[in-house]
Amino acid sequence: MNAPQPLHPGVNLDVTDRKSHEKASEVIFGFWIFLMSDLVLFAALFATYAAMSTQGIAQGPTPSEVFDLGSAFIETLLLLLSSFTFGFAILAMKYSTSRLRLLAWLGVTALLGAAFVAFELHDYYVMIVNNDAWPQTSGFLSAYYLLTGTHAVHVSAGILWMIVLAVQVMTLGPNPLVKLRLLRLALFWHMLDIVWVGIFTFVYLFGVAA
Amino acid sequence: MNLKTVSNSAPPAESRHEQRNYCIGLCLALVLTLIAFGLVWLKMVSGTQALAVLGVLALVQVVVHLRFFLHIDLGKSHRDDLMLILFTSLILLLIVLGTIWILWDQHARMM
Repeated sequence: MNAPQPLHPGVNLDVTDRKSHEKASEVIFGFWIFLMSDLVLFAALFATYAAMSTQGIAQGPTPSEVFDLGSAFIETLLLLLSSFTFGFAILAMKYSTSRLRLLAWLGVTALLGAAFVAFELHDYYVMIVNNDAWPQTSGFLSAYYLLTGTHAVHVSAGILWMIVLAVQVMTLGPNPLVKLRLLRLALFWHMLDIVWVGIFTFVYLFGVAA
Repeated sequence: MNLKTVSNSAPPAESRHEQRNYCIGLCLALVLTLIAFGLVWLKMVSGTQALAVLGVLALVQVVVHLRFFLHIDLGKSHRDDLMLILFTSLILLLIVLGTIWILWDQHARMM
């Protein structure tokens, strides 16, 4: 037998868990198809935002008046770090026999994600209190809350999903099924970070620069 | 039996390699994020130029994320996924550019 080949993109479980590895290719490709269709949803929201943020200001505030770049920067760092820690959770799952290490990295990731959502809710609160920027104020703000809100809902769902999987790791142990579920959640989480790159660039940075 | 030798010898080296990959990804993403925010903070870009510069930075960062966090590369076993991603990118481009084009046109006619 030759050295195992990587069957799919992402961390392959080949060297440490051949049994999980053989099942991985199909479910992970299927999950990629889901991720891509999720991206299409975000693309539609981005397109709406692009049109609305220039033509749908009405009498409401402009993007540069309502956005706080400092807060967007902190959110960016939180989400980037959580992507990184999830990577280490997956490596702990692959190489370490101790469940504690995996659970610790998952816990850190979930906390960073929760901090991200909290910052975003705080942003909304500040915008509404200081600028009277309600979702119904203008087309621009409706599109803004819809786009960032959909992303925040995705992150929250990811956190919930992470808690469910952490319970499964504790009760069922890291068996092949649970491992494959964690691999898929990792893809979901990394993909949300990619969507956020689009949001902080085109919504926050471009909104303030233009 | 070969499986055993593999699982005894490979993990430390591969583990270190994979950890390093995540670290490289984090550093590159941080640098790109800092450049993007720095340019806007220091007011070095504006208008259409900002869209171009920030767009390129975002594209590079997305590629960094795909390469180092999602591990998509040009390897043979990843071709299907790469095709899927590229095809989806095409669809996304059509949706976004098409919407912007049509709505700008409508907007111009309403003026």
